[in-house]
Amino acid sequence: MRYDLSIIASWIEPGSKVLDLGCGSGDLLHILSVDKGVRGTGIEREEGKVSRGIEKGLSVLHGDINEEVADYPDGHFDYVILSQTLQQVYDPARLIREMLRVGKRGIVSFPNFAYYRIRGQLLFRGRAPVSRELPYEWYDTPNIRVITIRDFRRFCRKEGFVIERETAVSTPHHHEKGAVVTFLPNLLATYGMFLLSRRGA
Amino acid sequence: MSEYIEHAPSGTSVGRVEKRFFTVAEANGPLTVESGRALGPVVLAYETYGQLSQRADNAVLVLHALTGDSHAAGYYEPGDAKPGWWDLMIGPGKPIDTDRYYVICSNVIGGCMGSTGPSSIDPATGQPYGLTFPVITIGDMVQAQKRLVEHLGVARLLSVVGGSMGGMQALEWSVRYPDMVRTAVPLATTTKHSALAIAFNEVARQAIMADPNWNGGNYYDGVPPAHGLAVGRMIGHITYLSDEAMRQKFDRRLQDRCENSFVLEEPDFQVESYLRYQGQKFVDRFDANSFLYITKAADYFNLEASHGCGSAVAAFAKAKCRYLVASFSSDWLYPTYQSRAMVQAMKKNGLDVSFVELEAKWGHDAFLLPNARLSGMIARFLDRALVDAAKEDARAL
Repeated sequence: MRYDLSIIASWIEPGSKVLDLGCGSGDLLHILSVDKGVRGTGIEREEGKVSRGIEKGLSVLHGDINEEVADYPDGHFDYVILSQTLQQVYDPARLIREMLRVGKRGIVSFPNFAYYRIRGQLLFRGRAPVSRELPYEWYDTPNIRVITIRDFRRFCRKEGFVIERETAVSTPHHHEKGAVVTFLPNLLATYGMFLLSRRGA
Repeated sequence: MSEYIEHAPSGTSVGRVEKRFFTVAEANGPLTVESGRALGPVVLAYETYGQLSQRADNAVLVLHALTGDSHAAGYYEPGDAKPGWWDLMIGPGKPIDTDRYYVICSNVIGGCMGSTGPSSIDPATGQPYGLTFPVITIGDMVQAQKRLVEHLGVARLLSVVGGSMGGMQALEWSVRYPDMVRTAVPLATTTKHSALAIAFNEVARQAIMADPNWNGGNYYDGVPPAHGLAVGRMIGHITYLSDEAMRQKFDRRLQDRCENSFVLEEPDFQVESYLRYQGQKFVDRFDANSFLYITKAADYFNLEASHGCGSAVAAFAKAKCRYLVASFSSDWLYPTYQSRAMVQAMKKNGLDVSFVELEAKWGHDAFLLPNARLSGMIARFLDRALVDAAKEDARAL
């Protein structure tokens, strides 16, 4: 399993109810259902991936995550996952608020834009960074948000999201190997991962 | 539903099948239909494929569309020109695998393929019912099916599966008899007929009723209103296709000629000739009064009104099953927004639902055409249902 997904999986209690926003072909949900008896639903906007997810025996909805997350009753899920999609979300505060309404906890992961190599590209080459984690040119990137681990912490404080758990990892893009970064994470980690809950929840 | 019938690329035929009959209501213990009238006796024509398991937990009820029948798969005689209408989906090794599931399909009441309908003999008069047959609803079709399912020894269906009007019945089953339905697969369907859908049906009905041979529904001892019924079917066919499908299939091509005929009665275009052929083919197998009754039942269908005082959320509050909902991108009869609306109401009730809008250019009819994605999803959805059912039974012991 992809290293970053294995960390997410390790945070999820067995037998819980999970919503995965932007679930792709359902790889994470499939592993969670097999290994942990999780009852999962995914939301995905590409038809082919939706049908592959359903063919894995998962429940998947074809649609936009910002719209589809809205219809569930409060607290319906134990966890709502937003894995490496935050950088493409137009209104992150609204989406995370919805995640924490329909779920008791939210899990958010994103590529860390303050990673030293990315900083280096801007600093030394004067170019918009292109990396394995963020492999796009400025003119074709779907990533409309530039997020760093430090910025995300500030954002959570401001929006009143409680950070229950935080892990920074260094792993090549979509790779099975990696390591947890505890020393200078905002400089040395490629991804930030957060377990969130609502204040007062 | 149109005449597309093709064999599945995978799996074999369920083989020779037999149409059976079951009296779901006797003359002295009639079925009270939604309009308040009593109907009896009521007979359903049905077919079953595969074996019911010992725990009776593998029964799949397949529900047919407007002009379908109980003959969903296999053939009656070795020389049959065509297999059942969903032969590509039902059979050994096919998505609805008859090696694993016990498949039931019955003709709806009001129909003309063996179930009691307006062309049946009214025992009170010894004559065909004609327009004395009560107006029926999708709910009435389903309450008759329930009696058949119970007669076959099934207390809880593994799944109810259907497209178009069959999907309406699947939805109706899931909220009317929630304890009898583990999963439901409504395809290319709606929770309520739109004004557009009602409008097309009304034009089709008017075509029949304007045919002098219709004679107020009394034509069984004379000439049937073949022209009216054919026109009704032609209108239906337009709604089953799409702009793109018609452009690709016919465009403005002429039929058997190089230039316009300049004769009004002649069919110049291929699309005209196709519709005439479909209309003529239909009158050989379908009863005009049945067409009137069944289209009316579809028009009356409003799950939200019948089960939720006008609210889809309230209607689905009664449901307990897991759903697989699919729509088709070019379906203008029951467009995707209608499927999305039902999915939204299911979600608001916390129901477990999967939904996909399948990219397909063939319009409403796409649910009857080969589609590897749809087949794969239905196969796996049913497979999981069977595994879940076994787990649930194990826990109950």
